[in-house]
Amino acid sequence: MAERRYTKSHEWLTVEGKSVTVGITDFAQAQLGDVVFLELPSPGRKLATGESFGVVESVKAASDLYAPVAGRVTAVNDKLTAHPELVNTDPYGEGWIVKLELSGEPPSDLLDEADYKKVAEASAN
Amino acid sequence: MLAAIGVGSMDDLLVDIPQSLRIKSLQLPAGLSEFETMAQIGSLAARNRVFPDRLTFRGGGVYRRFIPAAVAAVTSKPEFYTAYTPYQPEASQGTLQAIYEFQTLIAELTALDVANASMYDGATALAEAAMMAHIHTGRNEVLVAGYLHPEYMEVLRSFSDGRGIKVRKGTEPNSKTAAVVFQQPDFLGLLVDAAGLTQAAHSVGALAVACVDPISLAVVAPPGEYSADIAAGEGQQLGLSPSYGGPHVGFISCKKELVRRLPGRLVGSSSDAQGRRGFVLTLTAREQHIRRERATSNICTNHSLCALAASVYMTYMGAEGLRQIADVSFKRAHALSERLAALPGWELAFPDRHFLNEFPMRVPKAPAVVRKLARKGILGGLDVHRWFRELKGVLTFTCTEVNDARAIDELVSVLSS
Repeated sequence: MAERRYTKSHEWLTVEGKSVTVGITDFAQAQLGDVVFLELPSPGRKLATGESFGVVESVKAASDLYAPVAGRVTAVNDKLTAHPELVNTDPYGEGWIVKLELSGEPPSDLLDEADYKKVAEASAN
Repeated sequence: MLAAIGVGSMDDLLVDIPQSLRIKSLQLPAGLSEFETMAQIGSLAARNRVFPDRLTFRGGGVYRRFIPAAVAAVTSKPEFYTAYTPYQPEASQGTLQAIYEFQTLIAELTALDVANASMYDGATALAEAAMMAHIHTGRNEVLVAGYLHPEYMEVLRSFSDGRGIKVRKGTEPNSKTAAVVFQQPDFLGLLVDAAGLTQAAHSVGALAVACVDPISLAVVAPPGEYSADIAAGEGQQLGLSPSYGGPHVGFISCKKELVRRLPGRLVGSSSDAQGRRGFVLTLTAREQHIRRERATSNICTNHSLCALAASVYMTYMGAEGLRQIADVSFKRAHALSERLAALPGWELAFPDRHFLNEFPMRVPKAPAVVRKLARKGILGGLDVHRWFRELKGVLTFTCTEVNDARAIDELVSVLSS
């Protein structure tokens, strides 16, 4: 399993070769509360780093999803249409959101687990 | 009070407002008693020229129709009669249920999956529908096919300009088109090929937005039947008086897939902790107070009292009643059109097109015709040349159930003299 990286906007990603899997962090899902809907991009769409590609909607908020790397959408998690709660129950597994084909290199400012923990703690306060 | 908040004088309180913006004195006249006020307003009101309903043959978006007494009997109940719409479920089950019923009636009437709690009027409802299409498709062009109400067009442009959306007139959408917008029947009263326009929209991945007359839906195909994605329209005809153009009520409904783009309030049915049925605002994360600038719209309200009037009207009339009204209006308008077309120099402006209860006539000296009728106490057709250069000499006439046969005789006899 590739090492999980994080963004300051609370997405996580794993990179295996050119294939990138993206979701939202455990901290993000806990802050949002029960996720009721996700608006997902169409496969094939090209995303720039930091581009908004969808929305995650919970019982109390609607938040944009941002692409942690540049790439083309190769798959979206169709299970989330019927079971958006997977984002809450298994954010790093069954609750993954999109897969991208990486274009270029991942940005250098991605966070490791320890650094993300600091970001999360700071946002919680 | 100044002492309580620790301010020495009124001037101290207003210290942050620059002197240049302050009014030294308002020079208001002395107050009037209630009696004096009513007398003054009454004399102003008497200067209005109000034509009797039966002698009003003008529509153009607002129509005289019979309003059953049941409408005011319900809307004037103090539980409902307020300018403020309370949405709190713990305090407002009656209001929320009334809105839920309005939504259900509009969804059924338009044959679409879901309707919202209502909009301000037909123009804003239509503009919001176009914005839904823009956000849903990510495209920046709205194509307006045929004769859309010119005031709706203006509102659509106002909504579009700030968002960088181009509004184009035409019938051929392309890959940049977010929505094909059409009015059925159109502003002149003519039926358009709604199914064809809907197909044209879908063939390029655009949405079809139908602007519809609610009474007409009793006799012509509703938007859902020809697969239009969004329906919008003006609900004034459903139990609201013309009232100089408002307040009226807009309605908007759409396919289920678009519900998260739907602007404004939406009431859903739920159950309370004891399992009893209840009504609550639902899917509020679509709305601006939660979704901020990403929301389709900044409307976080509705025209509840007007929507209630429409609900009472539709419930009271029922499907059969609406059909009868549409049918009578159709027959009267067609009878009138034949008699007008027989006048010397008068002809149907679009003889090959079908219409329901409003139709365009090409007439000699249109402005003089309207003045002549007004002198005889009749509100004649609407001179649409004011908005459309190519329609010089065209008046649109309207009949509803209030224009009885004798009223039509009076109109024709004035025009024949």
